[in-house]
Amino acid sequence: MKMHFQLYRFNPDVDQKPYMQDYHVELEDSDKKLLDALVRLKAVDDTLSFRRSCREGVCGSDAMNINGKNGLACITDLRDLKQPVKIRPLPGLPVIRDLIVDMTQFFKQYHSIKPYVINDDPPPERERLQSPKDREELDGLYECILCACCSTSCPSFWWNPDKFVGPAGLLAAYRFIADTRDTQVNERLDNLEDPYRLFRCHTIMNCVDVCPKHLNPTKAIGKIKDLMVKRVV
Amino acid sequence: MSVPVRKFDAVIVGAGGAGLRAALQLSEAGLKTAVLSKVFPTRSHTVAAQGGISASLGNVQEDKWEWHMYDTVKGSDWLGDQDAIEFMCRQAPEVVVELEHFGMPFDRLENGKIYQRPFGGHMADFGKTPVQRACAAADRTGHAMLHTLYQRNVRANTQFFVEWMALDLIRDADGDVVGVTALEMETGETFILHAKAVLFATGGAGRIYSASTNAFINTGDGLGMTVRAGIPLEDMEFWQFHPTGVAGAGVLITEGVRGEGGILLNANGERFMERYAPNAKDLASRDVVSRAMALEILEGRGCGKEKDHVLLKLDHLGPEIINHRLPGIREIAIKFAGVDPIKDPIPVVPTTHYMMGGIPANYKGEVVAPQGDNPEVRVNGFYAAGECACASVHGANRLGTNSLLDLVVFGKSAGNSMIEYIKTERQDWKPLPANAADVSLARLARLENQTGGEEVADVRNAMQKCVQLRAGVFRNDENLAKGVAEIKAIAERAKRTQIKDKSKVWNTARTEALELDNLIEVAVATLISAEARKESRGAHAQDDYPDRHDDEWMKHTLYDGATRSLSYKPVHTQPLSVEYIAPQKRVY
Repeated sequence: MKMHFQLYRFNPDVDQKPYMQDYHVELEDSDKKLLDALVRLKAVDDTLSFRRSCREGVCGSDAMNINGKNGLACITDLRDLKQPVKIRPLPGLPVIRDLIVDMTQFFKQYHSIKPYVINDDPPPERERLQSPKDREELDGLYECILCACCSTSCPSFWWNPDKFVGPAGLLAAYRFIADTRDTQVNERLDNLEDPYRLFRCHTIMNCVDVCPKHLNPTKAIGKIKDLMVKRVV
Repeated sequence: MSVPVRKFDAVIVGAGGAGLRAALQLSEAGLKTAVLSKVFPTRSHTVAAQGGISASLGNVQEDKWEWHMYDTVKGSDWLGDQDAIEFMCRQAPEVVVELEHFGMPFDRLENGKIYQRPFGGHMADFGKTPVQRACAAADRTGHAMLHTLYQRNVRANTQFFVEWMALDLIRDADGDVVGVTALEMETGETFILHAKAVLFATGGAGRIYSASTNAFINTGDGLGMTVRAGIPLEDMEFWQFHPTGVAGAGVLITEGVRGEGGILLNANGERFMERYAPNAKDLASRDVVSRAMALEILEGRGCGKEKDHVLLKLDHLGPEIINHRLPGIREIAIKFAGVDPIKDPIPVVPTTHYMMGGIPANYKGEVVAPQGDNPEVRVNGFYAAGECACASVHGANRLGTNSLLDLVVFGKSAGNSMIEYIKTERQDWKPLPANAADVSLARLARLENQTGGEEVADVRNAMQKCVQLRAGVFRNDENLAKGVAEIKAIAERAKRTQIKDKSKVWNTARTEALELDNLIEVAVATLISAEARKESRGAHAQDDYPDRHDDEWMKHTLYDGATRSLSYKPVHTQPLSVEYIAPQKRVY
């Protein structure tokens, strides 16, 4: 099967500005996912640069914009894609080269919510106890792979990547708020109490639409907003 | 050419479970530590581990570390070092509880304790009955652990060098390790990282095979650097084939599926493991199950049009268990096998999964190499932990969930050893040798100037095909001898790889060529070590020598890269505090 791709290309060493490059590639039956095709393309043109690692949708390396929608190349079925398949880097972040974006701002926001359980009580000798029901509160939150599909599909994040935490960071914020082992709920809410960090979310819900792990950052953001309201009244 | 130098107390290469656990020890001790990783830390391959991490917490049934130790020794087919195995199994409850305190989202039992599930080869009372020992976070235990360790390092202010590839180990005239060279991928600049102690936590090298559960990044970089620095590799003939890789795709399906009650069926719908392992059945050790599956397929009882796989049935568990305990597996089966396991079985084949061998180390995480008559002299300033290291706790076959345990036990242990070493023996930096970066610069210059060479992808494909064909589940003299000759020829081709991309910024053609240098070292070591071992033990199943021969072969292989020759060293039979577990016939 032959497929037609148009790939965003930019190499700061040689290119003045980015351009789209056409590739026609002969695929084997065993090439099932978009990543398989990209690896085949790279064998022909070794200048093509993109990140990839686990090839099974858990490491979050190969997020990109595929026919206008963010997703992971390794779990995107080739045969479902409309041709020419247009591949661009994740929107809203600076492009370093080809499909590789600078994720500094994304991780800075993730780090800003203190993504770790804080509990200053001396730890018990054995595990801290948590009921299955309390543990279930973390489902749909802890599974995030930090691929950035959500934040880079969010117009609020495009406009204010330095001030708005973004869906991935806020999902993580709620993951720690919801953890019964964490003792800093109030401090965590304080940390988000400003016109931008949380409240720039306008429930556009692009994040939910693109999340390759089927997580729901908008719902988590709503729960944080509820807690904010509750502590005022 | 002058190469910029940066100084740290400690340099850690690799930010998976072992690297991050070590980094936490060092950062919290206040040492200036640099952690280098080819990928952002949470993209390390620890993230793909699924089923669990073992510890004799006894949350479900009575359990003891002595039983865990017995299972590990037996699983290793008596090639594991019993001092290291005792150390790991004794430490397990403590390090797992520590992970929980760090915030790891383990599943819970009704009483609020960590959930534990059955797993292959996990038995109570010295091998008698199955016991639930695998501590799990659904079927995403590796993801939960890796993210938790990264998060804890954020809290500890660990300094990360993300998307930096280490190139070579730097040793001085005494043979002591004084740093590494590294390439910053974003700029293409080369640096020397000068350190008092260096830890390799670079993970596995499953990409020497064409079918593997491993990530693209698992290219044995630590092993390549070690061999080039004149330090041998241990037990490289032992590669684990995981019974349940998705047929055709290679993606892992956790043994936890069988732990939860899944079973393997052949084309006749027979639960064939009952014939091979009457007691443990589908939960026998991985080498045993993989061989049974391969035999079923070889004897014509494989499933599908090509009769080339068997089926993993779990629909009888019901949607609730599958969605609650195995949600990631369901997702993988739908995406990569096109079946929903709530209704249909998953087609699976034994798939290369784990490297039991590696950089020779002891239970303190110190790298040890032969010198004169002593087979284990410490290489000063050099440490290794995790899959890249051979401690050796897994011997000839690793038990499921002992890999995540290995990462945190030996990551922590290596971190502590490094702190001790820096505080007592190397308070100041040893001077760098003149031209410390020459080896790396020569490799880079060779790539820059190569003409008339071969494509990296072509040589890599040739290597993968060779290893896949010659060093598979079943091996024999003729096949291995051919493999040795072929891989040596392919190694010559790898010296002349050529890249078209000569730019500096994020040049992945260059990193892939550099990775191939490392893969080739691992592939050659694998075939030469395998060809020489004239017995069957654990994952090394040699048809011409179907039995284990303890008198002659209960010993570790050491492969020397410069001469491509082998030597051997004794297995540590003496545990730290308990009685020696003498070799027995291994039945499940």
